[in-house]
Amino acid sequence: MAVAAGLALAGLGTVPAGAAPQAGATAQTAPAPQAAAGPGKVSTIAPTTANATPPAAPASPTLAMDGAPAMTAAPDVGHPIDGRIGLQPQVTTNGQFAHWMHDSILLPLISVISIFVLLLLVWVVIRYRRAANPVPSKTSHNTFIEVIWTLAPVVILVLIAIPSIGLLQAQFKPAPAGAVTLKAIGNQWYWSYQYPDNGGFEITANMLKEKGDPTLAPGARYRTDADGPRLLAADNRIVLPVGVPIRLITTSQDVIHSWAVPAFWIKLDAVPGRLNETSFTIKQPGLYFGQCSELCGARHAFMPIAVEAVPPAQFAAWVKAKGGTMPGGKAPSDKVIPQPGADGSAAKQAEAKAADAATGPVENTTAAAPTSSQGATANGAVGNAGQ
Amino acid sequence: MTDTALHAPHGAHFVAHDDHAHHDADHKPGFFARWFMSTNHKDIGTLYLIFAIVAGIIGGAISGLMRAELAKPGIQYLVGWANWLPGGDGGLDHALHLWNVLITAHGLIMVFFMVMPAMIGGFGNWFVPIMIGAPDMAFPRMNNVSFWLLIPAFSLLLASPFFGGAGTGWTVYAPLSTYGEPGPSVDMAILSLHLAGASSILGAINFITTIFNMRAPGMTLHKMPLFVWSVLVTAFLLLLALPVLAAAITMLLTDRNFGTTFFDPAGGGDPILYQHLFWFFGHPEVYIMILPGFGIVSQIIATFSRKPVFGYLGMAYAMVAIGVVGFVVWAHHMFVTGLSVNVKMYFTAATMVIAVPTGIKIFSWIATMWGGSLSFKTPMVWAIGFIFMFTVGGVTGVVLANGGIDDYMQDTYYVVAHFHYVLSLGAVFGLFAGFYYWFPKMFGKMYNEFLGQLHFWVFFIGVNLLFFPMHFLGLQGMPRRYPDYPDAYATWNALASHGYEIMAAGMAIFFVNVIYSLIAGPKAPDNPWGEGATTLEWTLSSPPPYHQFETLPKID
Repeated sequence: MAVAAGLALAGLGTVPAGAAPQAGATAQTAPAPQAAAGPGKVSTIAPTTANATPPAAPASPTLAMDGAPAMTAAPDVGHPIDGRIGLQPQVTTNGQFAHWMHDSILLPLISVISIFVLLLLVWVVIRYRRAANPVPSKTSHNTFIEVIWTLAPVVILVLIAIPSIGLLQAQFKPAPAGAVTLKAIGNQWYWSYQYPDNGGFEITANMLKEKGDPTLAPGARYRTDADGPRLLAADNRIVLPVGVPIRLITTSQDVIHSWAVPAFWIKLDAVPGRLNETSFTIKQPGLYFGQCSELCGARHAFMPIAVEAVPPAQFAAWVKAKGGTMPGGKAPSDKVIPQPGADGSAAKQAEAKAADAATGPVENTTAAAPTSSQGATANGAVGNAGQ
Repeated sequence: MTDTALHAPHGAHFVAHDDHAHHDADHKPGFFARWFMSTNHKDIGTLYLIFAIVAGIIGGAISGLMRAELAKPGIQYLVGWANWLPGGDGGLDHALHLWNVLITAHGLIMVFFMVMPAMIGGFGNWFVPIMIGAPDMAFPRMNNVSFWLLIPAFSLLLASPFFGGAGTGWTVYAPLSTYGEPGPSVDMAILSLHLAGASSILGAINFITTIFNMRAPGMTLHKMPLFVWSVLVTAFLLLLALPVLAAAITMLLTDRNFGTTFFDPAGGGDPILYQHLFWFFGHPEVYIMILPGFGIVSQIIATFSRKPVFGYLGMAYAMVAIGVVGFVVWAHHMFVTGLSVNVKMYFTAATMVIAVPTGIKIFSWIATMWGGSLSFKTPMVWAIGFIFMFTVGGVTGVVLANGGIDDYMQDTYYVVAHFHYVLSLGAVFGLFAGFYYWFPKMFGKMYNEFLGQLHFWVFFIGVNLLFFPMHFLGLQGMPRRYPDYPDAYATWNALASHGYEIMAAGMAIFFVNVIYSLIAGPKAPDNPWGEGATTLEWTLSSPPPYHQFETLPKID
């Protein structure tokens, strides 16, 4: 179903208000002239890729006056911590339940079983060593104990299955009316995001390189501590409201990627030609990091996910700043969702070109990737296998 | 079973020489004919073992490169290594691609060219015919073909990095493996898998035919040693699973080269279809790797406990059950690909079912030792190590069986830790246990007991330091297949890399032991293990005659 729908809808990009169509959607496309930008500080966060934020948009309310992100990572939530041995703290309801299930049911259970087997082994090794037990018994059957050690695991597994099935049901509960839809699109090797219910504007998130990285383009923005940890910080964070259900839709422009944020207990593959959907509600504001979790080629490790969860009012302001709109109390849109990854045929690509130029991610080219542009790719275009 | 049925092709030969059997039995062909045109199951088994050791050295060295790179955050060595290979441009992408080539090669080599050839080709060939009282395999020349197909298969895989390298992961997921990887390397890797798969299918046919038709008089199915049972179940898994892999990778080949779109949504295909096909093979494959280990461990535990295996029938049919259920749980490898809720619930429940027969095996091994008279020779120490390590790997499998939990765990290092505990500490411990157990029989020399014990303890400490911290990395969210990681994962990665060093020292002890024992080891008696060793191989000389059982043994 998802594939069929995707094919039918391919190429119908949503043009955001105020975004000037750009000519030639290739990896080499220059960003739209920054001169059109209003406040000067926008230029300090000029994207390093071809996918510019709509140039006429006002500055994002999530940025401090100097262009650095206003929100910095909490000390112990939303990112891994060195030396820790447990799960990351969870900020969604399902995540907290799953965290509890792991820490209170599964982990104690598997520890007890492992220690039980270890103690049995230690016992037989000591008690039945040749010196202590020179004459072996001839017992090779005991139906009662065999039934016990068959049924006991069955009972344990049924006890595990009850919360496990409950967790699955909760995870598959569809997002209610009024949910905010986030569409995450995997690309080699960056994420692009759309908010189909909020005017369809697009955010492109590239990994921020380190200061002094030889592949860093001259004048390009590099990572600072305010952005987040190395390999986790993205140049453009996506912003989501706290306390509002989020409908996450993933798909891909090229190969399979996986959108994952450990603190949300969310991992969902981004598969070309498919729309995968899940939902979650973030319970507390903060900055949450994740990484691509399906092998997608050379820079698989270098396409981070950075989510800023903010109060709904701030989210609305951010959407407005990006040139989007809030649905304003209406039910979430049931309009068709653009499916850029679904169809790579030449005809469809040509048809979709204008829309992609404004909203879509960088189209793949067969040219070598310029190292200065993280969004570019040396990968063959979708659908060109065998050519 | 009658002589005619058994020896139909060679009947005249065997009958004619029956009376001076031993004289004739050890007449060996010349070197080339013996090792390159062999039809002798023991020689072919030895060839398989040598092949597996060579492949294991290469696959293990690759994991050494990986642990060196991962010892610290940042890219340390990859750029330099990439420049040694043809086409090296000093660029970062080239180096990062090399990382993917390394993980792919490590996985494919260890699965297809180390564990499988050693378990099934090596020990299976050596001991299945002997344990059932047969003179050889049913199809001796096909046996030779099975082995020699591995040579071009392995050569193709080893050559592929010099043509760009296949960086798809051992799973070869489309579309990364179709339009994501231009150049001939992925085609070479696919052909390599085709050849290795054909080799295994031929081997499986051979084992099934041998076990069903060539058992000595009185050797009923329910009297077969558990190692033979394990190889029988494994052979059925191979026979049913590998053709599905062949189909899937053939479709990959045509998608790559002939414009088909089986896995390309642009032409109505579906990347997820590939994953279903791959894992329909891939999940039975993990049992293919571990079941012969179960069989080996069962033999060893019984031998060194001086007791028959506890619950023999339960043990045999637990393996059958694992084999059957192993075919209906494949999509638990795909829990985050967008399966529906009902599918996830089914695969969660079905996967958990596997824990039941596995539990039967663990408890039956312990019950076999219970009341026994245990001696802790090297094979026994490895077998006991196997039981505990496999348990640890098994219980994390129960965690991962939960589809809802996998929204966090999938593709993290927790999964890496899990499957290395069941394979690198399970299957490989089983391999070492079997190698020490049968070393005197195969080569006629005793291994060095002290070096064997030392090997165990160094290796045991090393692999646990190597793989246990990976649970912590996974719980903290570190994704798999990353050449570089956020600094917060540094501590456990550094520890894991030190664990590799210790493990490598253990391997050095192993090789010293093997070389020393082959040259200077004392001559092995026919049965070095005493009254507990009851299977037929211990009734033969060490090493066995070139052709054994020209007069069939009778089993009562």
